[in-house]
Formats: sequence, C-alpha cells, structure tokens
Amino acid sequence: MSVAIEVQQLNKQFVLRHTRSLKEAIVWLVTGRKGDISKKFHALHNVDLEIQQGETVALLGLNGSGKSTLLKHISGVMLPDSGSVRTRGRVAGLIEVGAGFHHDLSGRDNVYLNGAILGMTESQIDEQFDSIVEFSEIGEFIDTEVRFYSSGMYLRLAFSVAVHTDPEVFLVDEILAVGDEPFQRKCLAKIKELSAAGKTLVVVSHDLELVSRICDRGVVLKHGNVVFDGAIDDAVAQLRTESSR
Amino acid sequence: MTTASDFNESASLVRPGVGGGLADVFRQRFLLKLLVRKELQIRYKGSVLGLLWSYVKPGVQFLVFYIALGVFLGLEKSARNPDGLGNYAVYLFSGIVLINFFTEALSNAARSIVGNGGLIKKIYLPRELFPVASVWVSAVHFIPQLVVLVVACFFAGWHPSFLQLIAAVAGFVVVAMLATGLGLLFGSANVYFRDSENIVDMLLMVATWASPIMYSWTMVREKLGEGWYSLYQVNPITIGVEAFHYAFWLPTTDGTAPMPPNLLPVWVPVGLCVSLAVLVLGQWVFRRLEGRFAQEL
Repeated sequence: MSVAIEVQQLNKQFVLRHTRSLKEAIVWLVTGRKGDISKKFHALHNVDLEIQQGETVALLGLNGSGKSTLLKHISGVMLPDSGSVRTRGRVAGLIEVGAGFHHDLSGRDNVYLNGAILGMTESQIDEQFDSIVEFSEIGEFIDTEVRFYSSGMYLRLAFSVAVHTDPEVFLVDEILAVGDEPFQRKCLAKIKELSAAGKTLVVVSHDLELVSRICDRGVVLKHGNVVFDGAIDDAVAQLRTESSR
Repeated sequence: MTTASDFNESASLVRPGVGGGLADVFRQRFLLKLLVRKELQIRYKGSVLGLLWSYVKPGVQFLVFYIALGVFLGLEKSARNPDGLGNYAVYLFSGIVLINFFTEALSNAARSIVGNGGLIKKIYLPRELFPVASVWVSAVHFIPQLVVLVVACFFAGWHPSFLQLIAAVAGFVVVAMLATGLGLLFGSANVYFRDSENIVDMLLMVATWASPIMYSWTMVREKLGEGWYSLYQVNPITIGVEAFHYAFWLPTTDGTAPMPPNLLPVWVPVGLCVSLAVLVLGQWVFRRLEGRFAQEL
C-alpha cells in the first residue's frame, strides 16, 4: 500500500473582497487604505491528512466546515496558501457532475467534451463510448441536444461519463442524489465496485446513512480544522453529537 | 486531475493543479479541438444564415468603409484624385480582415476565463486552453474572409511572389501571437477586475485606427516625422497589416506604390519579437494570477 493523497499543514484563507472595480480599489489605496476593502476568512487550518491507495474516506462536517474546499485542493482547482497537497496517479472529480456540459450540444458531443475535460484521451472515449451510453440508459436520445433532456437524464449521462474516466483517485461531492431510486442504487453499486477494484475514494456528503455504507474511514472537519479521524461509525457518531449540541 | 499521460499506478506523488502553461495546451490538443468545435457549433446556433454571417458582417463593414473613406473622403485613386491609393478596395479589405481577426480573438480571449468560470471553479484543467481556444475560433472565422479577399485579389489581377505569401503568413503569426499574449493578460486580470473588459474594448478601438488600415502609412510619416513614425511602426498590428498589404494589395497594383522601408528585413522580425515578448509576458502574468482563479470567480 502506498500513499494516494498526502496533505501536510494545509492552510487556506479566503479573501472576501467587497469590490470588483479597479476604481474603488485605487480610491481605497490613495485614501490611505481606510476601512476594510476585504475580509479574511480561514477556510482550512493546518490540515494534515494521509490517505492510502484503496481507502474509502468520507469528509464530514457541517456547512462551511471546509470539506469542499479540501476536496478542491486535492483536485488541484485551488492551490494552498501554505503547506502542501500531493496526489499519486490520476485524480478525477465527480464534483458537481455535468460542469462541463453544454446545453446546445448533443449527448454524444457532450460525452466527448466532458470525457476530455475529465482527462480521457480520444481513443479511451471511443473505447468506452458504448459502455457510457449503456450505463446512462439514455439510449436513442444520445444524438439529441442535451437541452431537451430531463434533469434525470442529464445527471445520469454526466455521472456515467465521470465513472468511466477510470482514475486512481475518485473525488465525490454530493452527487449521490443522482436520478431516481433504481439509478441511485446502480450508482452506489458502481461506486462500491470501484472501491472493490482498489480505487481510492474521497466522498463529501451530508447523507450520513449513505456515507457509512460506502466508506470505512471518516474525517470530521469543523471550522477548517480536523477534529476527528477514524472509523466511519465513530466519525458519524461524533458529528451527530456535535450537531445536536 | 493531472495530464492524461500519467496513467500508470506507479506514478509518483505530484502537486495537483500545477500545470505547464501553454505547453499543457499543446499536450491537450484533443480537448482544445473539442473546445474549438463546441464554440463553432454554438456560435450561430438558431440563426437562419448560420456561418453565412461570417461573410455578411465583414462584407457590410467593408462596403461602409469603402464608400465613406474611399469615395467620400477621397482615399481611392481616380482621375480627379491622382494621389489616392490604387485599388483602394483591396487595400482596405486586406487590412480589415486582419484587424477583424485580432478584434474578435482578443475580445473573446479576454472574456474566456470569466465566461468559463463555472468549469474552472470545479475541475482542474490547463486554463490557458480557454484563451487559446478563443484565438483559434477566431482564426477559423478568419478563413472565409481570407477566401473572399483572395477572390477579390484575383479579380484585381493578383500575382504574388513566394516571398509575398511568406510575408502574409508572418503577418498573421505576429497578430495571432499578440492576440494570445494580450488575451492571457487581460483574461486573467478580468477575473480580479472586470474593468479589464472595458480596457480591451477601448484598446481595440484604438488599434483599428493606430495602424494603416483605412489610410496610407505615408500620411503618418508626413505628419509625425521619422522619429515618431518609428514608434508607430513598432506596433505589431501595423507590421502585420503592412505585411498583408505587401502580400495582397501590392501585387494587384503596378507595384510602384511605396512600401515602408525595410519591411521584411527589419520590421517583420521586430513584430515577431514584440509579439513573442507580449506572449511571454501574458503567460507569466497568467500563471501568477491563475492560482486564485477558483476562489475569485
């Protein structure tokens, strides 16, 4: 077993700027920096985390605890202010599936575009295309523009592309509300299959029930600090007492 | 997500989100191709004329300029106006196609990062892809205009030399690099200050008149004198437009019209260098700013 994700002393501050205009920024500078043009907010504070290959980890916490920010650092969307994040192998996010979809393109074009955005090569998409369509249950509508899809069809296709990207590390952010009951079960089965195949899984979700079925390990975050790291059932229990207090 | 190349599980630990800049764009050619195709597909979505608009718009623009400047203001050479430019229509259009390309490329590239913010906030990919794709899309729209120009040139008795064709390619490269460099610069600045878009719009208006598209370069030299004229001449767009005049307009005339001295041996290389410097600067600024794109968008 080797380390798949290594987070060391990660710090992230957000600057909440109140203006996007150059004029106001210059006025603020020449008037002697009076008042606060921006507010700082510590999103992550000295976070240490090591995830082994093949582990299934849930990031838990209340809203604004820094879970999604941490996930964005692992995917590379955000860079740390200090500390380091390192990953091994390809990391793919199911972070808000369908981010790369365009409404005016057909399902087929969207599969190619989204697949490429998630890091697949042309030949990989060609190879996986039938399997992607089959899993999504879109069938004959694959050549229809995505704008005519129902929201369920849309999410099914997006999820299907994402699970076919075959990365080593999977980041999952609140996507398990995909489609109807049968499709949800199918997604869950697929996720379990991925973890059985030795993929590393990092899940962010508020559905504690579901998370404890998928993951073995839970990390609880509170105001940007790791407050618990251990078995999933203990983590869930910890979060429940936390939030009932 | 790192680049598509490191697939093997034995890959070492790497820092996510740190890319190789424009080199990554080259590595992700397939994604670039799809992004460009997407833009082309949706551009004229739902319009009756479709791609025909790429011909209609520059055509109308050309007519307006030709009548207003060539006929009314007397830039066209005629029996009553022997000092005018011969074949003014070709002169004008060869400059217009190039500035149209630059205008479209830069204004779209400058908006590309904010416009694709939804994606940039969620998934890591080389963000240079978006400005580069904008320039690429503009290059595709440039082709039909170039076709119209070449057809017009043939009607005017075009007989270019090989060197002149090379000059046209060089002129295009100069302008394309400049548009990419400025696109990276203003596209990344736009994330922080939306004023950037307005600066670009202003810049583009100036650019149209700061190079000899509508008028002749000799007029500039007469008014400014040699010293200031050299400064005017350093502008890569000026050099690109003059290279286009040399390639498309000059071979349709009797060839006696004065061309800027040392255009090929000095100014074209100067243009290439200036554009390359802008490109390097744009890339540098972009890389300094891109680390905080996701939280600022």
